[in-house]
Amino acid sequence: MSVVTVQLGQCGNQVGQELFDVMCSDARDVHRKTYSAVSCERFFRQTTQGALEARAVLIDMEPKVINHSMSKAAKSGRWRYGETSHFSQKQGSGNNWANGYCVLGPRHRDAVEELVRRQVEHCDMLAGFIPIMSVAGGTGSGVGTFITQCLRDVYPSSFVLNHLTWPYGTGEVIVQNYNSVLTLAHLYQLSDAILVHENDIVHKICSQLLKIKQISFSDINRVIAHQLGGVLQPTLTPASCGAYSRHPIGELMSALACHPEYKLLSVCTIPQMASSSIAFSTFSWPALLKHLRQMLISNSKMEGGIDWQVCPPPASAGGSRSLSAGSFNTSLANLLILRGKDVYSAETGGFEDPAIYTSWLPPDEALSLWKSPVPFNKYEKSATLVSNSQALLRPLDDMVRKAWNMFASRAYIHQYIKFGISEEDFLDSFTSLEQVISSYSELQ
Amino acid sequence: MTQSVVVQVGQCGNQVGCRFWDLALREHAHVNKRGLYDEALSSFFRNAVLIDMEEGVVHGILQGPLREVFDSAQLLTDVSGSGNNWAVGNLTYGSAYRDSIVNKLRKAAEHCDCLQCFFLIHSMGGGTGSGLGTRVLSLLEEEFPDVCRIVTAMYPSAEDDVITSPYNSVLAMRELTEHADCVLPVENQSLVDIVNKISLMSHDAKPGCVLKKESTVTSGQGGVSPTERPFDAMNNIVANLLLNITSSSRFDGSLNMDLNEIANNLVPFPRLHYLVPSLTPLYTLADVNIPTRRLDQMFSDAFSKEHQLIRADPKHSLYLACALMVRGNVQVSDLRRNIERLRPSLPFVSWNQEGWKTGLCSVPPVGHAHSLLALANNTCVKPTFMELRDRFTKLYKKKAHLHHYLHVDGMEQSAFSEALSSLSALIEEYHHLDATKARLIPDAPRLSIAR
Repeated sequence: MSVVTVQLGQCGNQVGQELFDVMCSDARDVHRKTYSAVSCERFFRQTTQGALEARAVLIDMEPKVINHSMSKAAKSGRWRYGETSHFSQKQGSGNNWANGYCVLGPRHRDAVEELVRRQVEHCDMLAGFIPIMSVAGGTGSGVGTFITQCLRDVYPSSFVLNHLTWPYGTGEVIVQNYNSVLTLAHLYQLSDAILVHENDIVHKICSQLLKIKQISFSDINRVIAHQLGGVLQPTLTPASCGAYSRHPIGELMSALACHPEYKLLSVCTIPQMASSSIAFSTFSWPALLKHLRQMLISNSKMEGGIDWQVCPPPASAGGSRSLSAGSFNTSLANLLILRGKDVYSAETGGFEDPAIYTSWLPPDEALSLWKSPVPFNKYEKSATLVSNSQALLRPLDDMVRKAWNMFASRAYIHQYIKFGISEEDFLDSFTSLEQVISSYSELQ
Repeated sequence: MTQSVVVQVGQCGNQVGCRFWDLALREHAHVNKRGLYDEALSSFFRNAVLIDMEEGVVHGILQGPLREVFDSAQLLTDVSGSGNNWAVGNLTYGSAYRDSIVNKLRKAAEHCDCLQCFFLIHSMGGGTGSGLGTRVLSLLEEEFPDVCRIVTAMYPSAEDDVITSPYNSVLAMRELTEHADCVLPVENQSLVDIVNKISLMSHDAKPGCVLKKESTVTSGQGGVSPTERPFDAMNNIVANLLLNITSSSRFDGSLNMDLNEIANNLVPFPRLHYLVPSLTPLYTLADVNIPTRRLDQMFSDAFSKEHQLIRADPKHSLYLACALMVRGNVQVSDLRRNIERLRPSLPFVSWNQEGWKTGLCSVPPVGHAHSLLALANNTCVKPTFMELRDRFTKLYKKKAHLHHYLHVDGMEQSAFSEALSSLSALIEEYHHLDATKARLIPDAPRLSIAR
């Protein structure tokens, strides 16, 4: 089963290229024929000359980034993008969501749909779509939202998993909070699930864990690609009966997206360290899983500065847990993916503790476990946790608060209105997100 | 590849404009030598329109080394000049040459594969740049309403030798407030101060410190024109401003910042579109220094009042928004580190506490390892505008020289009073924002959801 990736905007195209690179190296370096075959089939197709071509559509409103990503891919010598699988214009979206969503998306709809259709036709069976984009700019956010809508319209029975990169809290784009709010509110209606990476967290991983001195966007994107690869590469799931799963996206959805009001998924991976240190480290499943569990419940998305004081509240504690009270992160559902040596003997009982979940689902349904005996991306043992929990609640709330403050003074609104959205549309988006915040806050 | 059309009007506008083309040629030639493909160069020069109501400057260009580059079709000249009279420039010449101007603009626009923005360069104190320049601005709005208009306006100093410069400036300001998308104000006095500082550095340098001569900021040497003339050093700085703003559209980078993003991010309310530019570094020392410290110093300098291109101190006024365009081998972590370091000392308006727009372009300007252009939408423009209003009122109260203007066909006294009230209203808007500076504004109450 194959996945079609749609890379949107500068971030989407840069992250996407790193992702395919990671997956291709992983598939090729590993000496497991079945694993490689499944991985290649999922994300690449073999051309008649035997080259690996990514199952991807590259979209941007200006040409430089796409050109860069395509040539970087070709230079790797191991895989490339399809010659005609890209679409670009001459001039960007001006960091304006309304420009992307109301003007540029509709204008180029046919061309983009055609490119997607061609990729879909190359798939024997379609597992689903993964649009990759940022929420801060104009193209990824605005055009990306519009294209997600098109995917929904044209392929109503296919899964759509949006991957979003949230910007640094201290600003990359001044109107980033507006663009983010508008994107998230719309995607919530369109997407099956939304997988989020935050630049702030990934930056910390680069500086504190990977010990990179001068961090570039390539470093950031490579970490994101590593984590995403850990989610998307082949695994054996409970439903796949001893073979590598053929329905990765569908199974992810049934594991995690159990309720339409709860679609935000966070990712964390362990271990994460400088490649020079890997050879000198030994890993044990008990240690890895213990750390990962504490990362989950203390809402620390990286292994470093974990707060070991946080523990699940006793079962008898009544009353609702508000945003500010306590730093315990309640989960709705978790997907634990283990890769590498001795994976079948790993003890995952800690993740089945009912205290870390809400009471709606019995813990054995709230936790899904996928395994692969193949080591991933140079780590002898690694674990990835995809979590539908309160982990994104604080950053989401901050984003909405800042956008609302700006909206209260009507700053920049004239820039959006001139492209065709109204103050009403803004208010609707704010309302939707307050609803999401409220839902997540009340998980207990 | 997006293109911009540069429209240079009047003596100052044309001198600065030509400096820009000169340096741009040099920058692209430098980059080309390293084998990077450059598709911009070939169509670059057709995107210029040169307008002056005297022949001297433009004809000088046609005799000079840039003559190969410009087509006479792009030029518009007359003989007698505007006599430092905004009304003559705007109304007399504005009407006489309206069709010709529109035609030339259309031609330049048609040459562009994808027209992103119009750059208008002119001074405020004279007659042609100020009067005809602002007329061109309103024509651009009429004919190309969807294309961004960025104006680089040279404001006169208090000691300007043109007596009527306050009138011309205030009359032009009204047009800029109404019709421009962004204005980059530049004050002559600041340029003089900066140029003096640079030559002080080079004469007075400590042993072992040598100023690099080939940098585009300090010297036009190595460009097409062989000799440097009096205003050249000052015009160089403004030309560099334009080079840096357009760098992301011309070269690759890990975080692109296009021209259309500048207006969208930096202009929260339509009339408050005056962006104070500052450029660093202004000179390169040839001695070896610890790279990181020098880089951090570059960021600190961008906010110091010595590097602003108008006489203002943004650190002590209120920031509405700020853009940082970095060129060279600078990574996102350097950017983050410096923003976090400088942020606490910079007062931002309550609804835009993290109001930063950042861009990273990988190609540095010639002669520098990296450079930084900061554009600040900051209330520090208020004192500049207030001073201008004072100078205007001093003359207007006595009706000095008014008759020269009122004699011009189409010019009414109401134009003066309207221009004055437009300026006052603008100052009032900035004042209003300033008043919020010291106050602690609580978060706006959020929407509550019924559960």
